[in-house]
Amino acid sequence: MSDVYVLGVDMIKFGRFPERTVPDLASEAALLALDDAGLSIQDMQALYCGNLGQASAMVGQRVLQEIGQTGIPVVNCANACATGATAFREAWTSIKAGLYDVVLAVGVEQMGKGLLGGGGAGKGIPKEGLLGSGTMPAVFAEAGMEHARKYGTTFEQFAKISVKNHHHSTMNPKAMYRIETPLEEVMNAEMISYPNSKLMCSVNVDGSAAAVLVSEKKAKELGMERAVRVKASVITSDPYQERDLVMPDVNTCTRKAAREAYEMAGIGPEDLDLVELHDCFATAEMLHYENLGLCEDGEAGRMIDEGEVALGGKIPVNVSGGLLSKGHPLGATGIANIYEVCTHLRGEAGERQVEDAKIGLTHVIGLGSACGIHILEKT
Amino acid sequence: MALPVVSYLKLPEDGDPYIEGHKCSNCGSVFLGERSVCSNCSSRDTMEAVKLNNKGKLYSYSIVFRSFPGIDVPYISAIVDLDGGGTIKGNLIECEPDPEKIEFDMPVEVVFDDALGRKDADGNSYISYFFKPVN
Repeated sequence: MSDVYVLGVDMIKFGRFPERTVPDLASEAALLALDDAGLSIQDMQALYCGNLGQASAMVGQRVLQEIGQTGIPVVNCANACATGATAFREAWTSIKAGLYDVVLAVGVEQMGKGLLGGGGAGKGIPKEGLLGSGTMPAVFAEAGMEHARKYGTTFEQFAKISVKNHHHSTMNPKAMYRIETPLEEVMNAEMISYPNSKLMCSVNVDGSAAAVLVSEKKAKELGMERAVRVKASVITSDPYQERDLVMPDVNTCTRKAAREAYEMAGIGPEDLDLVELHDCFATAEMLHYENLGLCEDGEAGRMIDEGEVALGGKIPVNVSGGLLSKGHPLGATGIANIYEVCTHLRGEAGERQVEDAKIGLTHVIGLGSACGIHILEKT
Repeated sequence: MALPVVSYLKLPEDGDPYIEGHKCSNCGSVFLGERSVCSNCSSRDTMEAVKLNNKGKLYSYSIVFRSFPGIDVPYISAIVDLDGGGTIKGNLIECEPDPEKIEFDMPVEVVFDDALGRKDADGNSYISYFFKPVN
């Protein structure tokens, strides 16, 4: 089976664009990625398009209606917050299978503002605030408090994650917010769902990201200088856990995906130079240091205390600013984090560049649940 | 007559309300709501309805300060492991919404009451369940 390479990858600066359409946002990223690869939509053999909000509205085809109706197969994917990673993996799979040599993956979302989750009443009466909370800040707070019960993790330690990621964002021109937030400010911000204050919740934004994936044969033909090798591509669903019905489990599916990804790549977590992981809330990031094997179980609090996960530390996490500051356009996130890691591996990340980065990992979680992990390597 | 807020809250005519679980006789997993296949061991036709305990321990929680319009805050969203098996989620009441006052594994009991005055489109009222600390 051929190795798969990312030849072109890019994202738009995330923000709020209520006047634009979903296909329009996706098209912009698609053209940026094609330009980055030095290719045209005419060269693409298939399109894998990730979007959640308009999952039944043929977004991929509408992108081609904007930038080139070549008649190629289009697959539209929806997989909660793992949507972008799923589109990317479908693209990867098609090259691995030997079907195509050049394909395009696009992720896009238009979000609006406000709380996510907990809205659906189902039958009868609304359950929100009656049978606990189904809002995302509360659900991830409960997941964080599970860590607190095991290891004594504190509100302050969770808050430090936001301080770190917001600091990183000041160096990323494509982040929605680029503002330093000292610890006191994070801890004293409006409490949304304890222990997640407002500054510990990801930002709902509009955004898009895209990648051109090619076979080894095609990469050699077109030039390998800026190509990034996809060492592993893994998607898992959530294995059975006893509290599943009331507590979505983001840990077991991440641990399973990490194990499979390290095996596929033939590396271990100690070989990573940077990680972009799913910090939809500060409480979530804490869990994934351990889930991804960046430290032993129970060591996550210490990692943030000692700055090991900050730029310049042992294993920098979310140097893009993460979802907490860059923003979280659900369907775009899984490709945007691949853009971030590729940019470091290419040595093009400017002020926030992780020095001498050779291998990076991206991770997303779609609640419900799906976990997507990609390991990328400099060529 | 009031209706149950979820299908697994049972309101027998001649007894006290209770939470019903469905337990797999092959692997022992406990689910909420009726089902015919176990999602843990994939066994079929091994599900048996069981009455879950109304005593349990607080497993995890969040104190919710911002919710949707019209919903009273703050409140404690709690996940409770019931003694003898089964985990349910609900509001922890009669407890200050202050992390200093909430302890992991604190014993709670499941109590049943009107669903905060909420009614459906047909005007039906509902019975819900809540958690109350046990002193």
